[in-house]
Amino acid sequence: MRPPPSLRAREARGTAALLAPAYLWLTAAVFVPLAVMLGLSFLTETPFGGRDWAVTLGQYEDALGKPLYRELLRRSLLLAGEVTLWCVVIGWPAAFVLAKVIGPRRRGALFLLTILPFWSNGLVRVFSWAILLRGAGVIDWAVEGLTPLEVEGSLLFTREAVVIGLVHAYLPYVVLTGYLSISAIGDDLLEAARSLGASRWLVFLRVVAPLSLPGVAAGAALVFVPVAGAFMEPRILGGREGTFLGTVIEDQFTAVFNWPFGAALSFVLLAAVLAVLAVSAPAVRAAR
Amino acid sequence: MTRRLAPVAVALAFAAGSAGAAEIRVLNWKGYGTDETWAVEAFERSTGHTVVHDHFNSEQEMLTKLRTNPGAYDVVLINSAYTRQAAEEGLIQPIDTAGMRNVDDLAPDMATNEELNANGALHGVPWVWGVTGFAYDRREFEEAPTSLEVFWDPALKGRVGWRDDALEAVQFAALATGQSINDIEDMQAVRDKLQALMPQLATLWSSENDWNRFMASGDFVVATYWSGSANRSRTNFGLPVEFVVPEEGAIGWLDGLSIPAGSENVEAAKAFIDWMIDPRFYVQWDGEVGAPASANLEAAAALGDQAFNRIVLGNPEAIERIEIMGPVPEETRREYLELWQELKAGL
Repeated sequence: MRPPPSLRAREARGTAALLAPAYLWLTAAVFVPLAVMLGLSFLTETPFGGRDWAVTLGQYEDALGKPLYRELLRRSLLLAGEVTLWCVVIGWPAAFVLAKVIGPRRRGALFLLTILPFWSNGLVRVFSWAILLRGAGVIDWAVEGLTPLEVEGSLLFTREAVVIGLVHAYLPYVVLTGYLSISAIGDDLLEAARSLGASRWLVFLRVVAPLSLPGVAAGAALVFVPVAGAFMEPRILGGREGTFLGTVIEDQFTAVFNWPFGAALSFVLLAAVLAVLAVSAPAVRAAR
Repeated sequence: MTRRLAPVAVALAFAAGSAGAAEIRVLNWKGYGTDETWAVEAFERSTGHTVVHDHFNSEQEMLTKLRTNPGAYDVVLINSAYTRQAAEEGLIQPIDTAGMRNVDDLAPDMATNEELNANGALHGVPWVWGVTGFAYDRREFEEAPTSLEVFWDPALKGRVGWRDDALEAVQFAALATGQSINDIEDMQAVRDKLQALMPQLATLWSSENDWNRFMASGDFVVATYWSGSANRSRTNFGLPVEFVVPEEGAIGWLDGLSIPAGSENVEAAKAFIDWMIDPRFYVQWDGEVGAPASANLEAAAALGDQAFNRIVLGNPEAIERIEIMGPVPEETRREYLELWQELKAGL
């Protein structure tokens, strides 16, 4: 039986009222600034302070044509891929253990440890890593104190330092999304696999992994997108090795007042990231 | 009772005499003199005006703030290399110095500086000046380095620091290749010199805080630096560093205080600027915190014999080597940035 039209209209109004705050916020906070930036990226000059400007495609020609920016785009995507890979490799089994292996009491404590990075300021996290990774720092001190080994050199100001800092910052996304999708898998499935003689690893690989793939893929996308544009971690942990597209975009805005070019680089990065996600989506579906 | 009220009464009388109390908004680098609590409090007591601060992290950010918030500021600190651009964009107004007590004591060459007098009128009152040279950890050197070549010394590979600033990097490389910072002809030489520098770097620094941290932890043994900041690193952080005006030359800068075009508190802003160039403020700033060199000759003369600014910048031979940084067109800045990014990316 269909509800009378007046009721349906009321329902529609209710839905609209529920969605309005989120969509108004998205419009004001995301789409409008994004549209402004998109507009800016087609200008020759930042249109403040009585500057002359004209419409051009030149910013995109530079962003796509100059080897420097193509190379940095490649590096940023590789960095994002590597960080995402580590987050998945570390975070997926952790999510399985959290959801299915340990009891509820210990789960609370482990959950707290997982999301703790979210509660601290990003800059504080990065600086703590800088202290840890420094030559003659805490890690060297511990290794040299506990073993007869001597540590040489320093991890700080290397690409590895950037990867470590970023994996730490973004790991919770994969753990949380993975946890949610693994929790949804019925215990009976796992028990069936176990009773047929599968080890925990085999259960994870053959039952849990395929079923939780969509959730983990969503988590991986949540990691990949921001890491591709990261600038704070590369700058502080990478030192001279920390030049990526994100830091170059930041410089265009802060150092040389070239907003149009910064905007064009941002949209090139956005397009590249969307392309990567679009290509990987069917692969994820096929893997199921 | 009467004794406690007397200063208040005087302050009120003074404030009444100076067209009423105003709230002046000052835009400056953080921790750069004007926001010292003791100075602001003394100024507020003496004039009845209140002072509010906003800060910027780069000259571009300062210009952006002036462009996007007309009328929001009453006093702004501008490096003389940017004063002309700000004046031509109509961001700041000419300053009538009548009634400013300390203006007559300014060093004549700075008061008549071409950039501060852009468009034929004084647009920035010279406040302090200084030098970008380098500083080294005195425990690490048996013989004091005097040349920029120390940055290319193979023995110091991985232990030198450089500021993450394209313009400064290019200008230092110009000095190291025997060129003028304001007229660089051989960009290829600059590029080659910087290319050779990259493997030498421990990391790049971008703030005074970075610099002190890297120096204290031993990441740097020698790094480019600002004279006033080197002074602060010694006084406030107890770092064993010595500042050098390199024999190849150094980058000089002159900071002026300007009044933005839309300011509604011009008289109060002038009173504040006058306070800032007063020798009493300067001597206390230099003594307690560490300041760059003053543009006020009386203020410079009032420093003690052991003052850092006396010893380092009081040497006429060193002064000869300093070249004051001129304005750089935006197009050139962008070129330098691209070059610097290419080098950092290892291309």
